[in-house]
Amino acid sequence: MTEGEAAGSPVAEPEAAESPAGNPEAAGSREGDLRAEPGGTSLPSEAAAPVGSPGRGESPVWVKSERQLRREAELRGRARRSVSVATASTIVVVVALVVGITSSPGWPRVRETFLSPEAFVAALPDVLRGFVLNIEMFLIAEVFILVLGLLVAVVRGLRSPVFFPLRALAVIYTDVFRGIPTILLIYLVGFGIPALALQGAPSDPVTLGIIALVLSYGAYVAEVFRAGIESVHPSQRAAARSLALTQGQTMRHVVLPQAVRRVIPPLLNDFVSLQKDTALVSVLGPLEALRQAQIHKDLDFNFTPYLVAALLFILLTVPMARFTDHLAARAARRQTGGGTA
Amino acid sequence: MRRPSLLLASGALVLAAAACAPADDTSTTASAAASPVGSAAADACAKESLKLITPGKLTIGTDKPAYEPWFKDDNPSNGQGFESAVAYAVAEKMGFTKDEVTWAVVPFDSSFAPGPKQFDFDVNQISITPSRAKAVDFSQGYYTVKQGVVALDGTKFASATSLAELKDAKIGVQAGTTALEAVRSVIQPSKDPSVFNQQVDAVNALKNKQIDAIVVDLPTAFYVTAAQVEGSKIVGQFDANAGEPEEFGLLFQKGNPLVSCVDKALGELRSSGELAQIESQWLTAAAGAPELK
Repeated sequence: MTEGEAAGSPVAEPEAAESPAGNPEAAGSREGDLRAEPGGTSLPSEAAAPVGSPGRGESPVWVKSERQLRREAELRGRARRSVSVATASTIVVVVALVVGITSSPGWPRVRETFLSPEAFVAALPDVLRGFVLNIEMFLIAEVFILVLGLLVAVVRGLRSPVFFPLRALAVIYTDVFRGIPTILLIYLVGFGIPALALQGAPSDPVTLGIIALVLSYGAYVAEVFRAGIESVHPSQRAAARSLALTQGQTMRHVVLPQAVRRVIPPLLNDFVSLQKDTALVSVLGPLEALRQAQIHKDLDFNFTPYLVAALLFILLTVPMARFTDHLAARAARRQTGGGTA
Repeated sequence: MRRPSLLLASGALVLAAAACAPADDTSTTASAAASPVGSAAADACAKESLKLITPGKLTIGTDKPAYEPWFKDDNPSNGQGFESAVAYAVAEKMGFTKDEVTWAVVPFDSSFAPGPKQFDFDVNQISITPSRAKAVDFSQGYYTVKQGVVALDGTKFASATSLAELKDAKIGVQAGTTALEAVRSVIQPSKDPSVFNQQVDAVNALKNKQIDAIVVDLPTAFYVTAAQVEGSKIVGQFDANAGEPEEFGLLFQKGNPLVSCVDKALGELRSSGELAQIESQWLTAAAGAPELK
């Protein structure tokens, strides 16, 4: 409610403009405000009032018309109504869910096997220790994924016919590795490479797991980069080429900087996905979070350790998701020049 | 117009929840009412009065693939392999003929997950432990298990004669088995063991020399050396826990009244020597492995 009021008053106006992500009701009332001006009985100087900062010398006289007051009251009322309806329906749904679940005949067993505090505490240290391995794996993998992805995307964009074999290779790579389910790839790489018994081939499951993740995610990320590169308007290339930049220079100085900036949100999205998929490496034997949870589960026939692992993954991915949102919002702000267009 | 439909939806949800909850209740009470026919214990175990998943049939669960020497040819219903033979012996004692026994594929995890079960009991080399018994019911033990260590012939750890010599080995085990606990508490290796989803994955890792040794129950160890990995040998056997012997039990849904009847059948099989006979028929090789201390 206070936001709606604030939006109506000129004092708070600049503040509201600074947070365009504010509540839609507030935005609506602001719009209503501006629309009100021409038709209202107010003085013409009012129109300028919301724009001028309140600290200026000739402070404009602001008198809200009765109509405006009514309008604001109506908007406030509407906002209040929608909030109370939303609250009521949320309560109804939550209560229905809680009552429905807890009154089910199997609930005591479910609570004991999925939500046991003792099992939670018992599993936490081991699962946490395993989770450190997950973090290591995705941090290492991500570096190689970005390099590989960018490389493949750039190779796919090469124009000269000389590079046809390379281009074909890049296309085959993305097609094949994006098509194979990640867990299958982990199996194939993890058990296949050591079976070759090659001198110097890695046999450590974590290394093999990381290789498989890099191959799989490299293909996804290559496509993301390619989308970014193709989203740069052709006029940018044309302009760069007309300035006598070579193809390579155009790519490096004009296209890639714009492309990379554009694809940061989808890249972070893939990064979040990678974080979770490190759990798949468990099939090769290392004791990461999922496996540690499974061991505890098998020991006591209690599923609570899975909840521990799930919570740890959520704790990691939620901040990443918010960070992605933040970057997207910032990019949007920059593109509109800081305004609210 | 959207709001009323939302309220309607949540109302429907409440109704659905209310409708779901008692449905299961009535079914349990109905079946509970049907079961107590005889009052004497002997009568309660009469075939007709047993409360079974499929009336008239004994449904036994096990995982797939079903490994030797516990089952043969991945086919539990042929009566061959130790656990298949035990299951049929128990069924026979309870009065079921061979074609009144049906098998269900039950992944290890779903054998103990809460919820309705599709088997009367599950036989899957499941070790009885007190903490597991909180979640499920076990029959008496039908086999006392020891752990076996398998390594590739000629490798560093193949010649180990004591558990201490295995300390530096990279050991692989199958997830969900008590072998992991045995390795951790008895061998206490310096490196974290590798834990695999499937027994064959552990075996593959051994073949690829990604690990130095695998620890499995002894009968499986014999099967691994005999059939799965060429040039492998059993380094030795050891007790999973120093105190009580580790035993395999048949697994039941918590609170299943069938347990006492199956226990009775197992008791008869043990005292008549049939159980020992089945064991010697399918698991004889287990006698020759050197003890690791």
